[in-house]
Amino acid sequence: MAGIVGYGAYIPRNRIRSEEIARQWGKDPQAIERGLLLKEKSVPGLDEDTITISVAAGRGAVDRAGIDPALIGAVYVGSESHPYAVKPSGTVVSEALGIAPEVRVADFEFACKAGTEAMLVALALVESGRVEYAMGIGADTSQGAPNDALEFSASAGGAAFIFGNQDPLADVLDAYSYTSDTPDFWRREGEFYPRHGGRFTGEPAYFKHVLAATRAILESTGYKPSDFRHVVFHMPNGKFPLTAGKQLGFTKEQLEVGWVVPQMGNTYSGSSPTGLAAILDVADPGDLILITSFGSGAGSDSFVLRATDLLPRRVGRAPTVRSMLEGPRRYLTYGEYAKYREKIILND
Amino acid sequence: MPSPRYWREIPNRYRLEAARCSACGAVLFPPRSICAQCRSDQLARFQLSRKGKVVTTTVVHVPPGEFLMEAPYAMAVVETPEGARLMVQVVDCDPAEVRPDMEVSLEFRLIRREGHSGILCYGHKGVPVA
Amino acid sequence: MREVAIVGAGMTQFGELWQSSLRDLFVEAAAAALRSAGADHVDSIFIGNMSGGQFVGQEHLGPLLADHLGMAGVAAVRVESACASGGAALGLGFMAVASGLADVVLAAGVEKMTDGADVTNVLASAADQENEVYHGITFPGLYAMIARAHMQVKGTTEEDLAWVSVKNHKHGAMNPKAQFRTEVTVDQVLKSSMVAEPLRLLHCSPVSDGAAAVLLCPLDKAEKYTDKPVKIVGSGMATSAMALADRKDLAVLDAVAQSGERAYKMAGVMPKDVQVAEVHDCFSIAEICCIEALGLVSEGKGAKAAASGHTALGGQIPVNTSGGLKSKGHPVGATGVAQAIEIFEQLRGEAGERQVEGARIGLTQNMGGSGASSVVHIYEGVR
Repeated sequence: MAGIVGYGAYIPRNRIRSEEIARQWGKDPQAIERGLLLKEKSVPGLDEDTITISVAAGRGAVDRAGIDPALIGAVYVGSESHPYAVKPSGTVVSEALGIAPEVRVADFEFACKAGTEAMLVALALVESGRVEYAMGIGADTSQGAPNDALEFSASAGGAAFIFGNQDPLADVLDAYSYTSDTPDFWRREGEFYPRHGGRFTGEPAYFKHVLAATRAILESTGYKPSDFRHVVFHMPNGKFPLTAGKQLGFTKEQLEVGWVVPQMGNTYSGSSPTGLAAILDVADPGDLILITSFGSGAGSDSFVLRATDLLPRRVGRAPTVRSMLEGPRRYLTYGEYAKYREKIILND
Repeated sequence: MPSPRYWREIPNRYRLEAARCSACGAVLFPPRSICAQCRSDQLARFQLSRKGKVVTTTVVHVPPGEFLMEAPYAMAVVETPEGARLMVQVVDCDPAEVRPDMEVSLEFRLIRREGHSGILCYGHKGVPVA
Repeated sequence: MREVAIVGAGMTQFGELWQSSLRDLFVEAAAAALRSAGADHVDSIFIGNMSGGQFVGQEHLGPLLADHLGMAGVAAVRVESACASGGAALGLGFMAVASGLADVVLAAGVEKMTDGADVTNVLASAADQENEVYHGITFPGLYAMIARAHMQVKGTTEEDLAWVSVKNHKHGAMNPKAQFRTEVTVDQVLKSSMVAEPLRLLHCSPVSDGAAAVLLCPLDKAEKYTDKPVKIVGSGMATSAMALADRKDLAVLDAVAQSGERAYKMAGVMPKDVQVAEVHDCFSIAEICCIEALGLVSEGKGAKAAASGHTALGGQIPVNTSGGLKSKGHPVGATGVAQAIEIFEQLRGEAGERQVEGARIGLTQNMGGSGASSVVHIYEGVR
């Protein structure tokens, strides 16, 4: 059975508190914290982008897998902030990780679910026997317009997963996808910031797809919510995944470990994959794990996984998500944040 | 820096590929075709470990144009356990904290960009080990 | 090998010379050198220039400048060794005359730095582009690292560095050709704006325009041009690892020491015999490292030499009586030749207020990059 043989995550060390953003725009910080359940978010440095985040996460995945990276036959990077409009992120990642040249590579975009889609394709290539190992990455330096609700959530980070048939750390028991054309959130070519449909992003978009995909995979696997130790849903803010979990019959305890959004923010394509990495960091052998992503536009991917005996022995080979969330941090002023997010334009 | 020139340096910039002299054991980073110590041409490629120790430092306050947004920033000569010495930026900390003997990990970062429309140039920077 | 003498010299004012182009600067200095010796012919011209190509987009300086001097037809080439280009041009001119291949040689240096080029970037091209500059290091940054290494190993202080600037400004205030004819205090240096820690603005030589030229001929023909020739008795060049990271000891400038040893050996002179010296103080730390490498002070005594007056006018071994690069200015390609002119004047007893009484043996040291190339000349007055 194919499974995850290695995984890694990366979260930049720069942070900004919701309170600091609220102060900039004369908003009530407590209302933001209560409404969106967001305390702070990660911010990419001027030298961090989807490519560097992917390499950092990918190195963790290779270290945990303990394999020769040259055996990885496919690398797919899902992001909505690929640094180039034309020229792949994945080629840089493949070279830096020592995977190239015998590898198939492409960049994926499907709003916030590009990462899980990259994982699905990597998994399918391994299951088909076409390649021995394949890597799927979800990473973003998310965009959010100044003084938009998204500014409180849009953050930076990502996770990388290597799939293979030998020595998995978690078996993939099933995968399922659910897609419709729903214009809830978009960014046109050449535009800096995405736009969204406000409350339209909720019920007909996020909840419809997350609930449909999750219910379908529960039905196909025959598991009930209570069978799972850990569950993670895409985290556009603190509130949506908790509400989705509740509607599906999951408890707060099941959601807790993967619910990294209050400290990390929404890393778009990296959001639910980083939540999954946080779960793998602490899961016990035999634990059942569910992940459902959501990408605007819109669709959801669900995976059901089971941790193996090998997992706890490999966790220590790379930094855990918690160690990065709670490790060395630098808190930015809004002015520094504006500089880091390149909202300040210098002459050529 | 036009693309072919950047592309040629990818092995050492992306993967820290160095050379070790088979005759005298000297480590050369980036790799060269003749050993700087003994002039042997028997050099074997290997990858440096992604960590090192700071040898000396400065904090650049007046930067070249491409680094204007980043100044002031710390630069350091860092020595890896294999004995290779690299000139790198040290980031994700207060530049004033960067001192000799500080342990750093070498992380993959964007080093510079060729203007608004040119290529993005990657490499490694030092990050203090917590 | 023939004995070689300097028989004429000319230089422009150093500074921000908005009215003068690169060719204007060269012609002014070269014509003055020829005039001072009453010469109307040269066999060849060596022109030290670091980066006409980047500063003003002009390469191929040999024919251009010979032509503008009214000497099209003469052999003329540009010589490049970054900030040591002028010293290298002098070295090659010396070789041409000493070897017998040429009788009358013009060794010149010129740089036009203020025509709008990004000076930080151009100067940085004298460092290793792929392995140093790529990562964001600047020239002051490289010397700042040398300074910190020196501080760490030898206990040098920021105040020691400041004293070098104070001393050189004091000397430069007496030099009519200097860019800055003002004195500075230790306090002013230590409060000037930070460039690359620990180096501040007043530890750094300025951006300058200027040119300098000397006329060389065999000693036995010198009387045709002057009754006070100055012999070049030693000439040494050396290189070391280009990238700072590739040097074993960051606080030691090997190329400077080696170029010095070669020049001392040729001259049959010991460091203690030198009575006046011009060394490459592009940054205050550089003067400290250079006087140590050249043996002008005993090992480990470089740091305090300026503060104690040891290297000041009136001290045991006056260094940079011209004001040095710091105060006189540093049009990079011209510097090495301008250093020779200061010693030429000193050994002829023509240095005015800056005169080192009775000076007979002098030395110049000019270096490129963060010390990867160095040129030393030793001179003897024959008056």
